[in-house]
Amino acid sequence: MINITIDGRPLSLEKPINLLEAAKLVGIEIPHLCYNECLSIFAGCRLCIVEIEGRNKIETSCSVLAKDGMVVHTNTERLRALRRDLLDLLISNHPTDCLTCDKVGSCDLQELCYEYGVKTPSYIGAQTHFTIDDLNPIMIRDQDKCIKCGKCVRVCKEIQVTGTYEFSGRGFESTVTTAFDQPINKDICRMCGQCISMCPTGALQNKQLVGYRPWELEKVRTTCPFCGTGCNFDLNVDVKNNKVVGVTPCADAPINGTEMCVKGRFHTDFISSEERLTTPLIRKDGELQPASWEEALSYTARRMAEIKADHGPDSIAALSSARCTNEDNYVLQKFMRAVIGTNSIDHCART
Amino acid sequence: MSNSVNEILGTDLLFVIGSNTTEAHPIIGNKMKQAVLKGAKLIVVDPRQTELARMADLHLPLESGSDAALINGMIHIILREGWHAKEYIEERTSGFEELAETVERYTPDIVSEITGIPEKDLYEAARMYAQTAKAGIYYTLGITEHTTGTSNVMNLANLALVTGHIGYENAGINPLRGQNNVQGACDMGALPNTYPGYQRVENERAIKFFSDFYGTAMNPKDGLRIPEMMDAAVEGKLRAMFVMGEDPVLSDPDANHVKKAMSSLDFLAVQEIFMSETAKFADVVFPASCYAEKDGTFTASERRVQRVRKAVNPPGEARLDWQIICQLAQAMGAPGFDFRDAEEIFEEIRGTTPSYRGMTYKRLEEENGLQWPCPTESHPGTKFLHKGVFPGGRARMIPVEYEEPAELINEDYPILLSTGRKLGHYNVTTRYSRLLDSINPYEEAEINPREAEDYGLQAGDLIRVSSRRGSVVTRIDITDRVKPGMMFMTFHYRETPVNELTQAAYDPITLTGEYKISAVRIEKVDWKDEDLADEVHRFARLDHLVK
Repeated sequence: MINITIDGRPLSLEKPINLLEAAKLVGIEIPHLCYNECLSIFAGCRLCIVEIEGRNKIETSCSVLAKDGMVVHTNTERLRALRRDLLDLLISNHPTDCLTCDKVGSCDLQELCYEYGVKTPSYIGAQTHFTIDDLNPIMIRDQDKCIKCGKCVRVCKEIQVTGTYEFSGRGFESTVTTAFDQPINKDICRMCGQCISMCPTGALQNKQLVGYRPWELEKVRTTCPFCGTGCNFDLNVDVKNNKVVGVTPCADAPINGTEMCVKGRFHTDFISSEERLTTPLIRKDGELQPASWEEALSYTARRMAEIKADHGPDSIAALSSARCTNEDNYVLQKFMRAVIGTNSIDHCART
Repeated sequence: MSNSVNEILGTDLLFVIGSNTTEAHPIIGNKMKQAVLKGAKLIVVDPRQTELARMADLHLPLESGSDAALINGMIHIILREGWHAKEYIEERTSGFEELAETVERYTPDIVSEITGIPEKDLYEAARMYAQTAKAGIYYTLGITEHTTGTSNVMNLANLALVTGHIGYENAGINPLRGQNNVQGACDMGALPNTYPGYQRVENERAIKFFSDFYGTAMNPKDGLRIPEMMDAAVEGKLRAMFVMGEDPVLSDPDANHVKKAMSSLDFLAVQEIFMSETAKFADVVFPASCYAEKDGTFTASERRVQRVRKAVNPPGEARLDWQIICQLAQAMGAPGFDFRDAEEIFEEIRGTTPSYRGMTYKRLEEENGLQWPCPTESHPGTKFLHKGVFPGGRARMIPVEYEEPAELINEDYPILLSTGRKLGHYNVTTRYSRLLDSINPYEEAEINPREAEDYGLQAGDLIRVSSRRGSVVTRIDITDRVKPGMMFMTFHYRETPVNELTQAAYDPITLTGEYKISAVRIEKVDWKDEDLADEVHRFARLDHLVK
């Protein structure tokens, strides 16, 4: 057993975990920008610093494992002053267009600046200026807003195992970019958008969600309608306009966690496609023409009954759908077996 | 899947055969790549050099359709070297002698000749698979979409049984299901030979149960399978069809035959969210709802039943799929279709499907989905199958012989075409997403640099691809992902309907089409050719790219 104390709260651990995770267990959220439990430890943002009694050095809690007897402080005035300074350094080389930035409300940098009262940058000097990369359909990449937390680099390398991004250059000149600074395109990127979800600032933004404030959107958790993996995610709904505008991950999805592919994340505009069928159609004079539900249902019922009466139940067949729900499939097989009287129902499992 | 998706991360050897996982099942592909980064070994059997193949410890680019010979050859080596699990075979299986007798003839030199795989690679694959306890087989349609699909699947089972690699965590046989709910549609009895829960339609107890439950006598005769429906329609024996959410004209093999079937029917009703190629043949079209507009459940590959939740209202007058069928049943005067909501239907599913009996919407919500079998409300669901005992006691090994594919290349049709999916699209629906379509707006047939040189082709050129059944025009991508003499196309594009090329040759048991092998020829075409007016029109919205 490892017994430690964090901000006066005692904690017993069976195996050593990092102090940042240990603190969560006693209800303490240590601020951080470059840490994510799914990714390797980077310890680059330095915001998760803590003081450990008996050590002179200030440590990053993400990279230190709990050891028996440790007494840890996460929120001393000394640490708060250091964090304020770190945040100040970050926003000193960061655009201050927060009033119109689409990341407002879900920007970790903004949240921490708010918490630590960092209002304006005090390190006035040179700022980096990059060309915004939005030549692809999925994201806007604004490197001016990049704080070099490297989460996009790690998620792409470790979770997506693609390696589209890497750090390049040194010091003030360092950037997170693609090979040869290419704009994002399908030859170098699988367009899964996992980097967008990881990005703590407005450096990587989901194009679909641009123009929507996060608090205006209602999240509805559901299961992906494409391949058979069974990913779960949140549909982001603009309720006023009855429109699904995008997708965000839900971390407790049992199969995929926060992972998603290009289809799962970016498909939603098909839902409100103008090509959707909106009214029943009946073929009249060789052409499919709009009809009422009453007309379409009674016509179909009559034709089905006639054909069954004339040629027997086995002259009628149904194709069910591997894209529809269990409930839809159950009802259609019941209809074919109990109402028509045939087992001729099949679906694309074999095709 | 006999196992769960996240068990991949604890697997020591992944044997991936006939699956381009990182494109067709991207998240499962991610897990595989993550496992490899953590040190798992990876064997990939695929004629194409897929992303996984490039990462593999061993890539076996076998001749298309020679899977049975390859697996028999591996079992031959395993038996010869004494790597088989003798106790497991003794205790849990039957049919070992017959299998041993059959594979005896599949010596490495013969197998190497048939598959094109060097003997040392065969040996290495057999050794790695047999000697790793946590070894999982993963396959998809590269195994089943052949005239020998069923026997391919049985042969993978033989391989797993001989080595005792099924019935454990992180091992087993894992078909990655193609559609979001193909597992569920099968579970629900949307099949011509089974009621919900795989109860056979000729089983007397099942007939009695469903006759009593539905209050009407059940038909004891097997129904028609899809290809039989198409044949019966052309022959005039099948008069009417009801099609919910499928587009056989675009997605079934030999599209011209399917079109003929659809036009032969006296009556066709199609329930769809878009005007599909099949809906164009319909007498009545019902506007239905997509997944974001409905409550219900999908069943994932790992047998996990998960909730689907309504986010928005359907457009216009569109209605829910089950609701339309219920209203049709009621219009025909049938009782038993007065469900108020999806949950009420699920309650009836629980009553008829033993493996779902313990699931409720409340449990699915609280426990983040449940994996069948889940027979009682106190059952936690089943993470992996066949622990300790197989259904029916012993697993029977059924020997499989290698058979040549139904269609071989010849002088007139010298190139072998295989079909499948690509990462950016999913069947046909994603074409309606402007965003996704803008990433991959048109077909790019993969051809090897050797063919490119032989036919004088450059990237972006248009070619006409012809088989004995039809011809389509496509752009090309010159790549060594495909071997010389082979090409690959997807079935996402109605402008390039590849299933006009594929053949109506089927596995004799499942009637699954041989989508993976068609003999074709290609010729370069100029997009400005007058003959091509039709095809060029199909590419019209891409004009700015060709000019």
